[in-house]
Amino acid sequence: MTSEAQPSKGTLRVLQLYPKDMNIYGDWGNALVLKRRIAWHGYTPELLEYNVGDPFPDDVDIIVGGGGQDSGQLVIQDDLQTRAEQLRKLADDGAPMLAICGLYQLFGKFFKTSSGSVIPGIGILDVETYGTDERLIGNVIMQTTEFGDVMGYENHSGQTTLGPGAQPLGTVTKGAGNNSKDGHEGARYKNVVASYLHGSLLPKNPAIADFLIRIAAERKFGSFVPGTPDDDYARLAREHAARRPR
Amino acid sequence: MQDGHIGDWDILQSMPSFSVPLGKLVRTLSRLRGGGSAFPGLVVEKIDPGFMQRTLSSLPHGVAVVSGTNGKTTTTKMVVELLESQGLKVFTNRSGSNFTRGVAASLLGEVDWRGRLDADVAILELDEAHAVHFVNKVEPRYSLLLNVLRDQLDRFGEIDKTARLLEHIASKTTDTVVLNREDPRVARIADTLNRLDAAHHPQVRYFGLDESLRSTFPNDDDMRATGIGPSPSGTPVAAAAGEPVALPAADVVLRRVGGQDADFEFDGETVTTEMKLRGVYNIFNAAAALSLARSVLGTGPVDTPKLVKALAEVAPAFGRGESLTVDGQPLELVLVKNPSGFRLGLKSFPAGGYATMIAINDNYADGRDMSWLWDVEFESLREDGVEVLTGVRAYDMALRLQYDEVPFGVVEPDITAALRTFINGSRGKPKRIFCTYTSMLAIRRELAKVTIVEVVS
Ligand SMILES: [Zn+2]
Repeated sequence: MTSEAQPSKGTLRVLQLYPKDMNIYGDWGNALVLKRRIAWHGYTPELLEYNVGDPFPDDVDIIVGGGGQDSGQLVIQDDLQTRAEQLRKLADDGAPMLAICGLYQLFGKFFKTSSGSVIPGIGILDVETYGTDERLIGNVIMQTTEFGDVMGYENHSGQTTLGPGAQPLGTVTKGAGNNSKDGHEGARYKNVVASYLHGSLLPKNPAIADFLIRIAAERKFGSFVPGTPDDDYARLAREHAARRPR
Repeated sequence: MQDGHIGDWDILQSMPSFSVPLGKLVRTLSRLRGGGSAFPGLVVEKIDPGFMQRTLSSLPHGVAVVSGTNGKTTTTKMVVELLESQGLKVFTNRSGSNFTRGVAASLLGEVDWRGRLDADVAILELDEAHAVHFVNKVEPRYSLLLNVLRDQLDRFGEIDKTARLLEHIASKTTDTVVLNREDPRVARIADTLNRLDAAHHPQVRYFGLDESLRSTFPNDDDMRATGIGPSPSGTPVAAAAGEPVALPAADVVLRRVGGQDADFEFDGETVTTEMKLRGVYNIFNAAAALSLARSVLGTGPVDTPKLVKALAEVAPAFGRGESLTVDGQPLELVLVKNPSGFRLGLKSFPAGGYATMIAINDNYADGRDMSWLWDVEFESLREDGVEVLTGVRAYDMALRLQYDEVPFGVVEPDITAALRTFINGSRGKPKRIFCTYTSMLAIRRELAKVTIVEVVS
């Protein structure tokens, strides 16, 4: 780990989207991991929050958003539409973002509930989600080309299908993923990583955390000079998690 | 029947008189064969579907149910002991895999051969999952709804769904619903009841906390590392720390928690009593139990000194957190099964002077999802560190502590080995183990082997 005495390589600002209403099953863990690893890589982290009705901070380097109850999604859905253009522009410009579960769904085109009402998304991702009566729950392992094996825990009844404009994050080897048919999980667009996985996702998948940090540093400072975080416990936690039943 | 005057109706009417003896016989037989306790309940349910409802509704004080995510078992036990202190005969159940059948089975054990239950009131612990089925069969006269916390989410799906289950229990209650004033999801149930027509409107009572204690009770929406988090937009901030919010008056308020004692306020007076129970959240549940007991006692005479004495002597239910003695030093087992429970445990049992072990399993009964560990802040352990981490998910816990910059010693997934290391490494020091449900069971088994275990409370 980088010693505190060394001068900071610069400040990276991490924005949590709607932590009041969309923050469930350990979503805080993703923000915490970014905060610590930014420091371990020798940069200075700054955590910001955006909640319903807040002014949107400019000059953010990484955006993370989590899952929520249905009630949370209802609370944020109008506010999110007022930020849609800003967020789309950031994503198109290559800003690194992580969207988990509920916000993954709302980063897509729409969520059609099982009763037939349609919640509009913000269309960063070419995905559509349909509410079902079947809840996909359990441990998940997937293979990805970018981040190696990714593991976490899914718990969702919305089933997501990918359009031609979105790539899956990975192919599941355990669990369901986006839906009960296609065998893939999550979505990728430019530097946006979207996934159903809680766990939290980033602690046991530091490769994804470091990807978001690297992109942020490269966009801001022109290059990324990594530190040497100690990932022994992450590796052991992964090994043990991989042996657990669904 | 041969004479043709006795129709089907009469046969049905005569069923109860033989369903009880038959059920009791099946019960005895399945005991002899070592069979499951719910099977006789199934038999009686099949041949006499009205048995449970009929037997329970014959009780003079009716049925009271206790539900919520955390603390049901200990709270139910407290209510029973409080009512027994007032001379009531109480029928109670141990929660089982199939609740309704389990209640029917334990009723069979208690009724006489003619189907009569010698009790004044039934106090039943009701799992949220079995609530709807049960209250649709037997309308409780009283209900106590403790809290809605993140627990077993992989089984129930969502917290809001749990809140709706509790709401359903409340709406089926005929006399009094006792609600946790400090839990926004539970307190809101009062609004739902207000929308029912007056004839089906049970009374609402609350149990509450003194303002000074509120900050030690993060509710489940307070998920932030800062400790006192905001409530989600659009929900009443019933439990926001430090803010004077207009709260409904409570029947019983927990005013103060000391090292060995606590202050409860009811009937406009504050009563100080010693407490055997440890942990602020257990003592808060004692306020809940007191309020339900007072509802059941109603306008009848109450022997307050006896009630308070019973309160002082309640001990936690088996397997729900207890104090043992190992090598002449106290060893506390603190059951943690969801983020709120873990946060409350850390606040109620400060780290100073104790050797600490954490045991995390992810078996079905614990919940498979480990996400909840990230919804707990562990900073309070930073200064003293954690000696041993164990359980199937010991490395998940290690990773969690690494990110909260909490130092820890040995990581050993095997609970037997870890426990020996922990006890040998912290001789002469009081010990505390935070453990999930199945790891607690394993630890108790092991403790019984390695040392003489003396249960203190
Ligand atoms: Zn989710």
